[in-house]
Amino acid sequence: MLTVSVYRYNPEADEAPYMQDFPFDSEGKDLMVLDVLEKLKVIDPSLVFRRSCREGVCGSDGVNISGKNGLACITPLSEAVRDDKLVIRPLPGLPVVRDLVIDMSQFYAQYEKIKPYMMNESAPPEKERLQSQEDRAKLDGLYECILCACCSTACPSFWWNPDKFIGPSGLLQAYRFLADTRDTATEERLTDLQDPFSVFRCHGIMNCVQVCPKGLNPTKAIGHIRTMLVKNAL
Amino acid sequence: MEFDAVIVGGGGSGMRAALQLAQSGYNTAVITKVFPTRSHTVSAQGGITCAIASEDPDDQWQWHMYDTVKGSDYIGDQEAIEYMCQTGPQAVFEVEHMGLPFSRNDSGRIYQRPFGGQSKDFGKGGQAARTCAAADRTGHALLHTLYQGNLRNKTVFLTEWFAVDIVKNADSSVVGVIAINIESGETVFVSSKATVFATGGAGRIYASTTNAHICTGDGIGMSLRAGYPVQDIEMWQFHPTGIHGAGTLVTEGCRGEGGYLVNKDGERFMERYAPNAKDLAGRDVVARSMVLEILEGRGCGKEKDHVYLKLDHLGEETLNAKLPGILELSRTFAHADPVKEPIPVVPTCHYMMGGIPTNVDGQALTIDSQGNDEVIDGFYACGEAACVSVHGANRLGGNSLLDLIVFGRASGLFIENQLKEGISHSDAGSDDIDFAMERLNKINNSKSGEKAPVLRAELQTIMQNYFGVFRRGDYMKKGVEKLDELRGRVENVYLEDKSNAFNTARIEALELQNLFETAYATAIAAEGRTESRGAHAREDFQERDDENWLCHSIYMPGQREIGKRPVNMTLKTMEPFEPKVRTY
Repeated sequence: MLTVSVYRYNPEADEAPYMQDFPFDSEGKDLMVLDVLEKLKVIDPSLVFRRSCREGVCGSDGVNISGKNGLACITPLSEAVRDDKLVIRPLPGLPVVRDLVIDMSQFYAQYEKIKPYMMNESAPPEKERLQSQEDRAKLDGLYECILCACCSTACPSFWWNPDKFIGPSGLLQAYRFLADTRDTATEERLTDLQDPFSVFRCHGIMNCVQVCPKGLNPTKAIGHIRTMLVKNAL
Repeated sequence: MEFDAVIVGGGGSGMRAALQLAQSGYNTAVITKVFPTRSHTVSAQGGITCAIASEDPDDQWQWHMYDTVKGSDYIGDQEAIEYMCQTGPQAVFEVEHMGLPFSRNDSGRIYQRPFGGQSKDFGKGGQAARTCAAADRTGHALLHTLYQGNLRNKTVFLTEWFAVDIVKNADSSVVGVIAINIESGETVFVSSKATVFATGGAGRIYASTTNAHICTGDGIGMSLRAGYPVQDIEMWQFHPTGIHGAGTLVTEGCRGEGGYLVNKDGERFMERYAPNAKDLAGRDVVARSMVLEILEGRGCGKEKDHVYLKLDHLGEETLNAKLPGILELSRTFAHADPVKEPIPVVPTCHYMMGGIPTNVDGQALTIDSQGNDEVIDGFYACGEAACVSVHGANRLGGNSLLDLIVFGRASGLFIENQLKEGISHSDAGSDDIDFAMERLNKINNSKSGEKAPVLRAELQTIMQNYFGVFRRGDYMKKGVEKLDELRGRVENVYLEDKSNAFNTARIEALELQNLFETAYATAIAAEGRTESRGAHAREDFQERDDENWLCHSIYMPGQREIGKRPVNMTLKTMEPFEPKVRTY
């Protein structure tokens, strides 16, 4: 028998958040953490969490699982349970709406700040813009981001300056457009990032890399942006 | 709240429609129950099938049209298919220009891979490679690109809002929806000159599905409750390769890249069922062959209840380059590393071919008392929720993403023109709004009854057992009886937690009723169509019956029998394709 300890907070009923323990029998199966949450919700319908695809591609169910940020749907119990205990908390650093649901508006605002869309004002050709396989390969490891916020909410610099530091997820996307040969707004993008906070609050502690459920490397992307910023300043 | 256009659903078709309208400066809102990039389009893997003539410079959209008509088992509307295949390249190039990171071929053009049911030269020239791909994450790439385009064009997103029911005015025009702001619990009438349902599918009516938790047929439920029909709703695609046990999708692109299915003897059994196309026959054909292998005792594993998808012969390098997402999914959900071992797979509910009948402009249709089509004023649908109908009785792989961008765009363009000319309808009265609030009020005031997850599981089991890959009249009759018994219990679902803030139990209760309406329509239509066609395979009527059933089925809410609607067999550019025996 497992003990599943879940962070609970209902703003209409609770003065303060608390941890609630549920006994749970996994029947020996290596369930995903999301399966456990779904089963708990049948017992207690007031338990609230986000979920959608249940296969690790939509990014809805980022939570803190036994101390580490990850997606509930692709984290098996075998990786998450310690001493017969599973602890599930909301992603840290952002306001809690209810139980495991956080208010992600600051995270999304940072994403929007980097102008996450292709900018190329030249008239498009009749067919597609051409791109070599080598140039396209530069986008691998960048475009796959699912905006789950596991990385940014694991980053102390983001906890400290969520309004000024873009955070690892937003910067990964910033580099996705800087690296795209079809985008022509490099100058504008770099100028937008050229302040002491947007990029330079990253201290390279690599929590983002450690938690990314898609195996992406925001720190490396941030390094590339730093290099571009320095070159641009010279 | 008032908008020029309200799109319900933030997936591929909804965001493509919204983009069109926002670009043109109209005040456009998207009501979406999840943050847009969490929509189910994100899970599409293999690609967008479209004759952009990249892999084969001689490729023609007419060949794609032929394949799609044949794939539909001849009840796809040929006019709509012609429009989709002809307009497709433009729609694909547009999303490329917006930044979609397509994979590339040697010449720097968009990479295209072979998919099931594709041919050159009207079936005479062998396998085509027509599916435009961004590795095996095309849906993700498309959805994010569309969201980005909408951000740029300042579309209003009502994110984590849930549409409850349609509001009609005194003239029976659709003038908006009742919606709940999930975070606050606040309920609002969102009024609009044009209401577009892009609410996606409803795979969650089955116990085993590749679909996300959110695919609950909300648009179908709302539309039926408003008294509008659904078309061809018995047509559900079972994807051949869902991961056994987990249900997660393994793209047809695996077989496009050279993977194949084997039974317990290691035999590549598709060679027996489809000697030419083999593993790349239509999805309905492959799914049925797999089930037959399993029923005849040649399934794999201890329970002999699945078959294997073999990929290891393709080599690690190809798998890493072309199918990286599949490697991840298989390792996570099947505990199998495709580089070394096969993936256990089984046919799994994947796609709803039927839906809200529309014309090519996205206008939703109902049927008048004389049996003629009638446009529903103010109401539009596109994407999986709609039945325009380009997929007929069986959708070809890669045609869903094309459907989304082509008809999302077409709906947007049409509404744009309507708005330019001026749309005005009378306001909804308080009675009209109260009427649309009835269902929500009932749930909010429920004092006893059963919980939504329990009823949902029961519904899913009934659908799985009585309306699966193979169907039989007497079984289906029993299934309908069970659904009749379940209806009252679903209508009286009990919401224990009445709180306002982010109450997902309330949303699940509302979704359950949408699932039920979709399932019930499916059951009646499946029982009513006494033939086998495309995905609808009956043991008691094994042949296709063109004399009686070369037509759409129409389910009107409240009725126990289905009506018929003629298939559109007119092409603008050439002679239509006459029905032929469908072999691969």
